[in-house]
Amino acid sequence: MAVGFKKRGLAGKIPIDMTPMIDVVFQLLAFFCMTLKIAAAEGDFNIKMPLAAPRAGNPDIDQFPPLKLRMQADAQGNLTNLMLAERSFNGPDSERWTQLHNYVASVVGEGSAAASAEVEIDCDFGLKYENVVKAITAVSGRVGADGQVIKLVEKIKFAPPRPPVP
Amino acid sequence: MKLKARGAEMTEIDYTPMIDMTFQLIAFFVILINFADAEQDERVQLPSSALAKPPQAPLETPITIQMVRDGSIVMGGQLYADADAIKPLLLNEQYVLESQDRSATDATIIIRAHKDAKTGLVQNVIKVCQDVGFEKFTLRAKSEAGY
Repeated sequence: MAVGFKKRGLAGKIPIDMTPMIDVVFQLLAFFCMTLKIAAAEGDFNIKMPLAAPRAGNPDIDQFPPLKLRMQADAQGNLTNLMLAERSFNGPDSERWTQLHNYVASVVGEGSAAASAEVEIDCDFGLKYENVVKAITAVSGRVGADGQVIKLVEKIKFAPPRPPVP
Repeated sequence: MKLKARGAEMTEIDYTPMIDMTFQLIAFFVILINFADAEQDERVQLPSSALAKPPQAPLETPITIQMVRDGSIVMGGQLYADADAIKPLLLNEQYVLESQDRSATDATIIIRAHKDAKTGLVQNVIKVCQDVGFEKFTLRAKSEAGY
């Protein structure tokens, strides 16, 4: 007895109902569109500042004394004078921070000594905060040609706040 | 002349390009979406820095304090006039940490201050946190392309 098989070619194509899938896909698309929040990437500068306590014993000989970075501001909060260890860095904003970076690099180097070096930031009360971040950037390191961060000074702290100028 | 009736005949639409494009869009949004509930206030414009890279791992116990341009402080979604006003909140945070067998020294205070805020006010915030017992601070900045 011959069994008859029906040939399943193009003629027997079953149409798939795409409507539910498209519904779900558009729901997902709407959800992602509405929940998307475009925000700029942010990064951190770590600062360790315990309350000043008297330290027992002699100070460590290998420890660098903290480099004091003095930042003076005018009445509007703009940086007017930048000094590190009695050396002043003046000039246009773009050059000033590069000069500071190069000087810190020459003092502490980019090697192991940099790990123990410490910078103390002493700034006027009214100084705009962005100048402090620029100073921290200049003393912390730089971005190398390959995009890697070459670290310089890692220990950064603030001097006690100065009183506001009336 | 005979006219053919066009009733039952249906034109099939090719959905393939539309579905391709829609899936591309979904993939794009899935990659971009960030569910992390980072505290970001649009009144705070962060200073930018070439060295500010996003942290490799999330901080263990972060406490975010934000400062707007005029020196007001945003903490836990509430606006406070000055640094002293957030002291009760910090004491509360310390109490919560101690109830979890940890201390204030384990927590990290994230400071998101406006770029034009007075540095002295930022230092006042740090001082108040130190008085409560917090030691670790991190100053947040916006990432920018390196030079």
